[in-house]
Amino acid sequence: MVTIRDLMKALSITNLTKTYSNGNQALKGIDLSVESGDFYALLGPNGAGKTTAIGIVTSLVNKSGGEVEVFGHSIDSELEAAKACIGIVPQEVNLNLWESVGNIVRNQAGYYGLHGKLAKQRVEKYLRALRLWDRRDHIARSLSGGMKRRLMIARALVHEPRLLILDEPTAGVDIEIRRSMWEFLQEINEAGTTIILTTHYLEEAESLCRHIAIIDEGRIIEDARMSDVLRKLQREVFVLSLTEELPEAPALDGFMARLRGDRELEVEKGPDCDLNDLFVQLNARNIHVSSLRNKANRLEELFMRLVDSKQQEAEL
Amino acid sequence: MNIRLNVVAAKTIIRKEIVRVLRIWVQTIVPPAITMTLYFIIFGNLIGRRIGSMDGFDYMQYIAPGLIMMSVITNSYGNVVSSFFGAKFGRHIEEMLVAPMSYATIIIGHVAGGVLRGLLVGLLVTIIALFFTRLTVAHPLVVVLTPLTYLGGVFYSISMLPEFWQNVSKANPILYMVNAFRYGILGTSDISIGHAYAILIVFVVVLFTSCMYLMQRGIGIRE
Ligand SMILES: Nc1ncnc2c1ncn2[C@@H]1O[C@H](COP(=O)(O)OP(=O)(O)OP(=O)(O)O)[C@@H](O)[C@H]1O
Ligand SMILES: [Mg+2]
Repeated sequence: MVTIRDLMKALSITNLTKTYSNGNQALKGIDLSVESGDFYALLGPNGAGKTTAIGIVTSLVNKSGGEVEVFGHSIDSELEAAKACIGIVPQEVNLNLWESVGNIVRNQAGYYGLHGKLAKQRVEKYLRALRLWDRRDHIARSLSGGMKRRLMIARALVHEPRLLILDEPTAGVDIEIRRSMWEFLQEINEAGTTIILTTHYLEEAESLCRHIAIIDEGRIIEDARMSDVLRKLQREVFVLSLTEELPEAPALDGFMARLRGDRELEVEKGPDCDLNDLFVQLNARNIHVSSLRNKANRLEELFMRLVDSKQQEAEL
Repeated sequence: MNIRLNVVAAKTIIRKEIVRVLRIWVQTIVPPAITMTLYFIIFGNLIGRRIGSMDGFDYMQYIAPGLIMMSVITNSYGNVVSSFFGAKFGRHIEEMLVAPMSYATIIIGHVAGGVLRGLLVGLLVTIIALFFTRLTVAHPLVVVLTPLTYLGGVFYSISMLPEFWQNVSKANPILYMVNAFRYGILGTSDISIGHAYAILIVFVVVLFTSCMYLMQRGIGIRE
C-alpha cells in the first residue's frame, strides 16, 4: 500500500546558497530532490560543495539562502522534527576519542530520546552489524581508521533514521569491509531507509545508487536516474585481451580499434553499435579474445567529461 | 518540543559529563583539592594568625565558606568550559548539534554536569577543611576567575573596601553566591539574603539567555 508518507520527498532542496564568512561561495543555488526510499549518489570533485550541502541539511552549517525540507519538515520552522529523521556519517572523524565505543553509540541514542532497554538493544544491534561489538569497551582512539568510520555508521543508525546521509563512508576502508558495507547499505535501503552517499569511487556509486547528482563549483551539472545517465553515454571503450599477437590493428566496421601493448586491443564503441557485431567481425578475421573489460568505469568517463567541459568553458 | 526526548537527552548529557569527570579525575578532582588545601594553610593559618577575627569569627572560620563556594564555582565553570571546548575542538559537539534536542537542553545538561562536579569538589574541600591533611604542591592556572574571586569577598568583607571597589564587587555574581553561602553557614553576610538571591536569579536569566542566543546563531560553533 502506498501512503502519503511514501510519496513525500525524503529531501527537497530549493535554490540553496552558501557563502562562507571569508567570501567563499560554496553553493551557488542548488536544487535537489530525493525520493523516499531512493539510493542517491551526490558526486563531484574536491571542493565542489558536497559537504557544505550536507552540513546545511544536518544543521552544522548555516545556509545563506534557499529552502531545505526533510520529509516535509522545513529546517527553518520544524528543525527538530527534521533532525529526528536524519542520521549522518560525516566525512571527517568527529568522535570523542577518549570515550568508549559503547558509550559513544549509547549517548547518541540518548540524544535522540532513546533510553533503557531499547537503547541497549539498539547499541548492541548496530555495533554487531558494523562488527564492533567486541570493541565496545575500548576507547575510540584505539580503533583503526576504518573501524572509526564503521563506528560513525553505527552511531548514525542507532535511532534508525529514515534518511541516512553518508559523506565518503568508504574512504580508507579495506576492500573486504567495503564490500560488506555495500551489502549492509543495500539491506537497510531495501528495508526502507533513504540513503544519500557521496563518494569519489564511481564504481561504488554505479553499483549502489539508483540516482545521481553531480555538483561542481557549487552548481548541479547533472541530476538523473542512474540508468538514464549510463544510457546517455555516447561511447564506451573496451580492452580486449587476445590469445595471439597481431601485427596491426584490424579495421572494423563501426568500431575504432587500436593496438595497446602486445596482446591488447582497445575498441571504442558508439551508442548504436552492437557488441555481437564486434565479435562477428573478429571471428571473420580469426582473432580470438580471451577476456574483456571496460577501459574505465563508465560513470567515471561521464564524470570526467562533464567536469572537463565545465573547465573548458571557464577557460574560453 | 518533545519533552520526553529532551529529558532523556539532558540525562544523557549529565551522565556523559559525570563519566568524563570520573574518567579524568586526576585533572578534575585532585587539583582543586590541592589548591584549596594550600589556601587553607596560607590564608587560614599563616595570614589568619595576623588578621585576628572577622565579624566575630576567627579568620579561618570566616574564609572557609568562601573557599568552599569558590571551589564549587570555579569547578562548575571550569567543567562546562573544558567539556564544551573539548567537544568543539574534537568536533564531537556535532553529535549534539545534529540531534533533535533543543539548544536549551544542551545548555542545561552541561550546566547540571558542571554543578555536579562543583558539588563533588565542594564536598571534598569541606572534608579537607574539617580534617586537615598533608599536602603536595601543584598550581593549576586559574586565569579568568581569579581576579573575580578576589573581588568576590571570599577573603574579606566588602565593607572593608574603598567605595569604588565596593561598587565593582557588586557587579560580580560570585560575591552574591559567597555571601549567601556564608550566611547559610555562619549567619553573617555583607548583603541581605533576599537581595543576593534576587541578583543571582537576574544573573542566571541574563546569562542563560545569552547562551541560548549564541547557540541559536551558532556563534563559534557553526559556519
Ligand atoms: N569553513 C569553511 N570556510 C570557508 N570556506 C569553506 C569552509 N568549508 C568549506 N569551504 C569551501 O567551500 C567549498 C566547498 O567545500 P566542501 O567541503 O563542501 O567540498 P566537498 O565537495 O565536500 O569536497 P571534498 O570532495 O573534498 O570533500 C570549497 O571551496 C571549500 O574551500
Ligand atoms: Mg566533502
